[in-house]
Amino acid sequence: MSKKVLIIGAGVAGLEASGVLSKLGYNVTIVEESDRIGGKLNRWSHLFPSRRPASEVLEHLQLNLDPNTVIITNSKITDIAVKDTSIEASLNTGKHIDADAVLISTGFELFDAKKKEEYGYQIYENVITSADLEKIFKEGKELTTSKGKAPKRIGIIHCVGSRDEKVGNTYCSKVCCVTGVKQAIEIKEHLSSCEVFNFYMDLRMYDRHFEDLYQEAQVKHHVQFIRGRLSEAFENPDGTVMVKVEDTLLGKPMKMNLDLVVLLVGMTAGNNSLFKKQLRLETGTDKFLVPADEHFKSVSSKQKGVFFAGACTGPKTIENTITEARAAALEIAGYLKN
Amino acid sequence: MPDFGYKISKDRQINFDENSKNLFAEVAMREPSVYRCISCGTCAATCSAAQFTSYSLRKMILLLKRGEDKEVITSVSRCMLCGKCQLACPMGVNTRNLILSIQNAIKKLSHV
Amino acid sequence: MLQEGKKALWKEYQKEIADDRYFYVRSCVRQNFFPASETTFLRILTEELGKSVYEHPHHTSCSGVGYHSDVIPFETTMTMVARQFALMTESGFMNFVPSCITSFGLYTEVLETWHHFPEVEARIRETLRKATGREFEKPANLAHASDIIYKLRNEIADRAKYKLVNHNTGQPLRGVEHIGCHYAKMFPHKGVGGAEYPYVLVGMIESWGGEVVDYPERRHCCGFGFRQYLVKANRGYSVASSKKKFESMAPYKPDFILTNCPGCPYFLDRWQYAIAEMEGTTYGEDGMGIPVLTYEELAGLVLGYDPWDLGLQVHQVSVEPLLDKMGIPYNSSKKYLGKNGKFLGVPFKPAAIKVC
Repeated sequence: MSKKVLIIGAGVAGLEASGVLSKLGYNVTIVEESDRIGGKLNRWSHLFPSRRPASEVLEHLQLNLDPNTVIITNSKITDIAVKDTSIEASLNTGKHIDADAVLISTGFELFDAKKKEEYGYQIYENVITSADLEKIFKEGKELTTSKGKAPKRIGIIHCVGSRDEKVGNTYCSKVCCVTGVKQAIEIKEHLSSCEVFNFYMDLRMYDRHFEDLYQEAQVKHHVQFIRGRLSEAFENPDGTVMVKVEDTLLGKPMKMNLDLVVLLVGMTAGNNSLFKKQLRLETGTDKFLVPADEHFKSVSSKQKGVFFAGACTGPKTIENTITEARAAALEIAGYLKN
Repeated sequence: MPDFGYKISKDRQINFDENSKNLFAEVAMREPSVYRCISCGTCAATCSAAQFTSYSLRKMILLLKRGEDKEVITSVSRCMLCGKCQLACPMGVNTRNLILSIQNAIKKLSHV
Repeated sequence: MLQEGKKALWKEYQKEIADDRYFYVRSCVRQNFFPASETTFLRILTEELGKSVYEHPHHTSCSGVGYHSDVIPFETTMTMVARQFALMTESGFMNFVPSCITSFGLYTEVLETWHHFPEVEARIRETLRKATGREFEKPANLAHASDIIYKLRNEIADRAKYKLVNHNTGQPLRGVEHIGCHYAKMFPHKGVGGAEYPYVLVGMIESWGGEVVDYPERRHCCGFGFRQYLVKANRGYSVASSKKKFESMAPYKPDFILTNCPGCPYFLDRWQYAIAEMEGTTYGEDGMGIPVLTYEELAGLVLGYDPWDLGLQVHQVSVEPLLDKMGIPYNSSKKYLGKNGKFLGVPFKPAAIKVC
């Protein structure tokens, strides 16, 4: 009888690992908290840097799923334990699952922009998040101000909830900079006469093609990049938003009115308390799970039979998540063979 | 007016909405490579004028974009057009023509 | 503005405010700047609402003015604060209510310091004992006097003789509020509504029938800031800060500015004259200024107290336009009579800003 793997979380990491594990001959059960698979990929319109439709990636992940894979949605793990060589898990539905290995692919949460009170998310009418903007693009809706007008000037705010000790997140979320550049271009493509400003501290264009996207934004679309973190935002009575930043490359404070503000929300760790308590897994100061070794066991935990893939161990791109999911599948296969 | 012994301090905040961006538009039309600038400062580090004055081409491009034209006008004449910045620029900004464009655009707009 | 979002945030910044038996400590400067505000606070609490308030004759400056001007070290300040707490303890009170925002900020800072560094508290206790023989309990409740009026705002509204409503048009009057920096910027959770969207004065204006105008430079400092003003050379910076606020609020035509700090109303009131002299700009209607009030003065007006008993005649910016809008009668011939009825003289009438 082939061995069983339990995957927690049916996002990019969980789905990709599931496809590989099935091909290797294992029985896979995926437990998913929400009502559908695909995780946050369901919420994105187009992906950086190639601007491929997110739905295309999701379709690909679904095609790779084995028809015999058991997918349990709308369910939460309430208890989990490693017993000798097996894993026993209970769900909130009363169901019990046992497996020979478990893959934690629970991903990340989006930073709650309300915590940056001074930015006025859900207080000011024309402040939205990058996730809200993706939703607008995905649903094919028109990008308008709260009063239904075409915005003439949009500001995209980098590092919302990242590199910010005040909200408890000192790390870089890695994907926001390039998302901000991608969204700036998308806005210009929708509304060519709209001025777009990106307010950044550092532009972290580290990966392949990212720098190209940045140059495209500047040269082709005349997106303006202003180095300075948003200090405070105020809503004018006409609904426009006044922002205060320092133009740090000029060493001068600056104010400007924007018709729409987009907050690039970072990644925060999911709720790992169950894993910490029952599996004795560690989390770092950033609250993400810590793998057994940063270089050589990046997809293994310190607990026997428990593995990681994706953003549960820190902010990652979708590309990196897929690579990691495949690595985790192989690591699990190696563990189950011995 | 009574002598208070002090004056109201001038606001040094850039008021982006009130600043005209016409000069920048005119310059960018004449020398579109200005959009390639990534504010790295390579130009200013090698610039002769920057060693002895507060002149910086990097800053001047930003001042133009923000519409702080007064500072651009007082600053641009410090360039001696040696062209070293063009050799140094990693992004291929045509800096010599950029400076000439700024000077010409200032002349043109001041006639308007 | 999405009011539900603001209300959700306000819920996170609620603080405990005692409802009776207050040990009230006055400000060093408010009796000069706004001479009737503190007595009005006492009148409202004791005569209107039947609360018990005690003032100790030996209370001194909290020394915050010196601390924030870099002339008194924190050790000395903490011992001064400990002495005020000793007066409260000796009088049998537990609820400490400072009139001054800087005092409130300082008392909060000292209590927080002691909370995190108990050894400092022990040292200060020892210093106080050696110097004065006094001992003290820390307050069970520390609230600024504006917190108390906020807490009692609806009871004041129940007794209101006038509302913040234009009695000719029936429209709510438009107020802008300005919170003292030391109220919540240092410790956001110690201020009603937090630091970004403080609710303490908003709550009063709303309860008394007015409408709050949120203007872009609401969070900007009034320009007092101790060091900015105390050194004459820095006053240009102080007046420029006030000017920034006036220019930001003026387009929304506020009927009044409401404040809860000793310095803010003073500077927002007097600088309107200075700016008018220096630049010829006025921000109110018909060449006048925008009336600036303390929360006690506004509460007093709502309760129907005589404007001249509230000390409104010592304001630089005339308050008569606001009184007219609220439908409050006043006797101009009694404006400059002292408490004993003696004529005090008429102040200089500037040409740059229109006054009544």
